[in-house]
Amino acid sequence: MRRVGLNAVVTALVLSSLAVAACGGKKPPVARPAPPPPSADAGSASTRPPAPPEPVAEPTVVPQEPVRDERIASASLDDLNRSSPLMPAFFDYDSSELSSETQRALNANAGLLKQYPTWTVTIEGHCDERGTAEYNLALGERRAVTARAYLVSLGISSDRLRTVSYGKEFPFDPGHDEAAYAKNRRAHFVITAK
Amino acid sequence: MKRILPVIATAAVLIASATAQQPSPATAPQQPSDVSTTISSDQAGTAPRFGVPDFIALSKDAETLDAAQTIGRVLFDDLNFEREFALIPRDVYSTIPSPTSLADVAFDRWREINADGVIVGTVQKTDLGIRVEVRLFNVRTRTAAFSREYSGSVANKRLYAHTIADEIHQQQRALRGVARTKLTFNSDRDGERMSGTVESRGVKEIYIADYDGENQRRVTTQRSLNITSTWSPDGRSIAYTSYRRGAPTIFISNIYQGTLEEPTKSAGQTWLPAWSPDGTRIAFSSTRDGNSELYTANRDGSNIRRLTTSPAIDGTPTWSPTGTQIAFTSDRTGTPQIYIIGADGLGLRQLTRESYADRPTWSPAPYNEIAYTARTGPGNDIKVMELSTGQVRQLTFGEGTNESPSFSANGRHLAFMSTRSGKSQIFTISKDGKDLRQITRIGNNFQPDWSK
Repeated sequence: MRRVGLNAVVTALVLSSLAVAACGGKKPPVARPAPPPPSADAGSASTRPPAPPEPVAEPTVVPQEPVRDERIASASLDDLNRSSPLMPAFFDYDSSELSSETQRALNANAGLLKQYPTWTVTIEGHCDERGTAEYNLALGERRAVTARAYLVSLGISSDRLRTVSYGKEFPFDPGHDEAAYAKNRRAHFVITAK
Repeated sequence: MKRILPVIATAAVLIASATAQQPSPATAPQQPSDVSTTISSDQAGTAPRFGVPDFIALSKDAETLDAAQTIGRVLFDDLNFEREFALIPRDVYSTIPSPTSLADVAFDRWREINADGVIVGTVQKTDLGIRVEVRLFNVRTRTAAFSREYSGSVANKRLYAHTIADEIHQQQRALRGVARTKLTFNSDRDGERMSGTVESRGVKEIYIADYDGENQRRVTTQRSLNITSTWSPDGRSIAYTSYRRGAPTIFISNIYQGTLEEPTKSAGQTWLPAWSPDGTRIAFSSTRDGNSELYTANRDGSNIRRLTTSPAIDGTPTWSPTGTQIAFTSDRTGTPQIYIIGADGLGLRQLTRESYADRPTWSPAPYNEIAYTARTGPGNDIKVMELSTGQVRQLTFGEGTNESPSFSANGRHLAFMSTRSGKSQIFTISKDGKDLRQITRIGNNFQPDWSK
């Protein structure tokens, strides 16, 4: 408790000196150095995956690209999202850190996104019901942004990855136990264009 | 608040006979007249005992009879809500004969059951609707301490009772009643589904209701996710977070004009609007600069000011009654806690040291309190911090989970969401933790905000 009190005093001193320094308060104070926002765009342009080889002269009457899964390539967006080729990235309680298991899921997703470079994706951030609805809006966004930043670090262009947070508004499992909560703490991938 | 339902024009006409019925100057008590019209109890320190029988229908048609009964009963409930008067249970005076006019009150009988005051009213059909006359009689002096006449439509008969209750609280107790205030909240009650997703996702739409849960009405119809609605200080607009454009942004619905404003169209996700006390600015959380930060802007979205610069989550703002400070949630220490910052971005300080705290809501003056949601176990509970002392009291105790508190305009009550009855529902509770009332019963209902 003593340490907390001391910290409060120090903080108050720092803040009050800042207040004096700000002199009229034209700008918000910088209470501590502001780190840059999540590096969503780091290296996106240079590491963009090469476009798939185009057939040179042959008209494309025969299969386009042997590497593509025809079932995936020909499916409608809704069918594609229903079968979920992109795996959800799960998170621990009140956390937006990527576990090694979550990183493996995102690695696989990055592979698919390189294989289908025309896809654009919305990464939805979701939370379990234990947190408050208000805070979870921001926590869900942080999960989505964390997943996006990781994919960008693997060479996926940030232009292809939108994020949206749904907080705890749309649980995937309506249950009220840890098994349900674990399913609901996720970055969920929705393919929005192919 | 008078303008909140302009459809029904209630013209309050002060009846001159109120003062005419006072004792003549020669026998007047040595007190100023405004004190002499305040009804008190025989015993000092106890609330005066009031009777509120059904109003008298002067026209015998069904509509007038129904209005007379409704107004008396709603008035009873409205007066009971503030607990300033001890309302005598209605069955105690069921044998006292109903008066046939305002001049024919059985004061002896009311005195027998130790009533200090009795409220008698009449309802008469008119060409335009109804005319309502009401008197609050001092049973001992047999004089009227309060006299009013209202006329208007019969469509919302409850509004006559709400108006009478607010005016009696004002006149007798100098208290701002909340009988004419309203709640807004979001609900999935209509069971509609979002379009455009492969998962079946229910929509949430914005609703409004009277403070007592009556007259529940839907405001938004977009079949989208619409949440965190909040009343403008003048009660004519509701700001809320909507996903109708995909990403969450803030909309303002001018509910009596049927117009919509969209102040935060620009980049990033934006949520949780909070009106400044003068209604000219809104605070909100946004990721427009990459991370969830706190901002204020003019109502039209211009003149944006960023208040926080932490890499942590900063959000869920609420304004102080003077508009000079904003309380908000930040997880800069690792867990979400409540902080206060000046509206100019200066003077940050941490308020709570809970295991988890969110959704601060600042009380109106003269109280200086912040209510918030705190983790207390598997679920959450509502707590209130008195800012001058730092003292915290708890209003709910683990009955389901309890979230999203919002103060009433007079600071004496809170609305909140609770799962104690099964689904998520809106409740109101007195600031001392008594008098819990369930407001919603259909579907799931969330994030109440009480009009000013």
